[in-house]
Amino acid sequence: MQTPANSETSWPDAIYRHFRRAGVRQVGYVPDAGHSRLITLCQNDPDIADVVLTTEEEGVGLVAGAALGGQRAALLMQSSGVGNCINMFSLLRNCGFGCVILVTMRGEFGEFNPWQVPMGAITEDVLRLARFLTYRIENPDDVDDIVGAGCDMAFDGNLQVAILLGQRLIGRKQWTR
Amino acid sequence: MLDRRDFVRQLLIDRGDLLVVSGLGSATYDVAAAGDHPLNLYLWGAMGGTAMIGLGLALAQPGRRVAVLTGDGDMLMGIGSLATIGVKQPSNLAIVVLDNAHYGETGMQPSHTRSGIDLVAVALACRFKQTRAVSRIEDAADIRKLLHTDEGPILVNARIKEEDVPRVLPLRDGHAIKQRFMDALNF
Repeated sequence: MQTPANSETSWPDAIYRHFRRAGVRQVGYVPDAGHSRLITLCQNDPDIADVVLTTEEEGVGLVAGAALGGQRAALLMQSSGVGNCINMFSLLRNCGFGCVILVTMRGEFGEFNPWQVPMGAITEDVLRLARFLTYRIENPDDVDDIVGAGCDMAFDGNLQVAILLGQRLIGRKQWTR
Repeated sequence: MLDRRDFVRQLLIDRGDLLVVSGLGSATYDVAAAGDHPLNLYLWGAMGGTAMIGLGLALAQPGRRVAVLTGDGDMLMGIGSLATIGVKQPSNLAIVVLDNAHYGETGMQPSHTRSGIDLVAVALACRFKQTRAVSRIEDAADIRKLLHTDEGPILVNARIKEEDVPRVLPLRDGHAIKQRFMDALNF
């Protein structure tokens, strides 16, 4: 199983390459262990404005504002953050703003913290109810294909796309400190 | 205290290429009443998100000025976004809070600002470069100039009268509002 620590050319890099290819210029996120490498890649890219949020629904507004100004934005969040966004998602639907959200999953395979389970267990259903096109990745070999397709649908088709990165992909949270 | 319609109208006089995002409810009606414009992004929902739309827009269009006009209820719901904006320090973003200390759209229930919660102090604590608290119409010209020229992020808390004014309803179709705005920017 890959973990962010040993994956210099791993799934976060594949996602980042698609951000570059698609011309993503803004990335909103709440700090997250699973997304840490991708966040660092975005922070180190002078062409990408990294916007650290206090709560995930701020990112929905960010995506809309970026699009109005002619830029593409992506969101990174943990499954718990999806719950914070529900009402704000209506902005994307009402106006037809394309959006791609990369969701690192908690509360499923190998989860040690039961407090993560109630939201993690319904994240995929909630996204579907919010009318997101929702894809799940468990295998690192699928990242390139699915993230590439997701970016194209979001940015060329003005569709709302969520890509769930399963805990079997990102690795169980290590609790060693 | 300010007449909200007169104040907003004066802020938007000779607006040039100012990009305007208006928060749901009365702020959207005030901006519409000042004169419809393709570079008005009228919100009818997404409460709490107005300032963040302004941030995304300001980052995408660094050569233009962005003004967010919204109510105290919307700003309170998105209060964390002031911290997010403080981190990014967009020099071209100004937020004008039309503060009547009440939730006008739902029957004038008191908001937090009614109890003295001070959005200017919050903005200062969030490292906003310029903040103002205004309550006299004579200040409108200065605030208008601030929106167009001063280094942001800027927050203006405008104390407006607690009165119900007639609704002025602009475009409501979100796709149409968005597309008109983007067409005006040639996207």
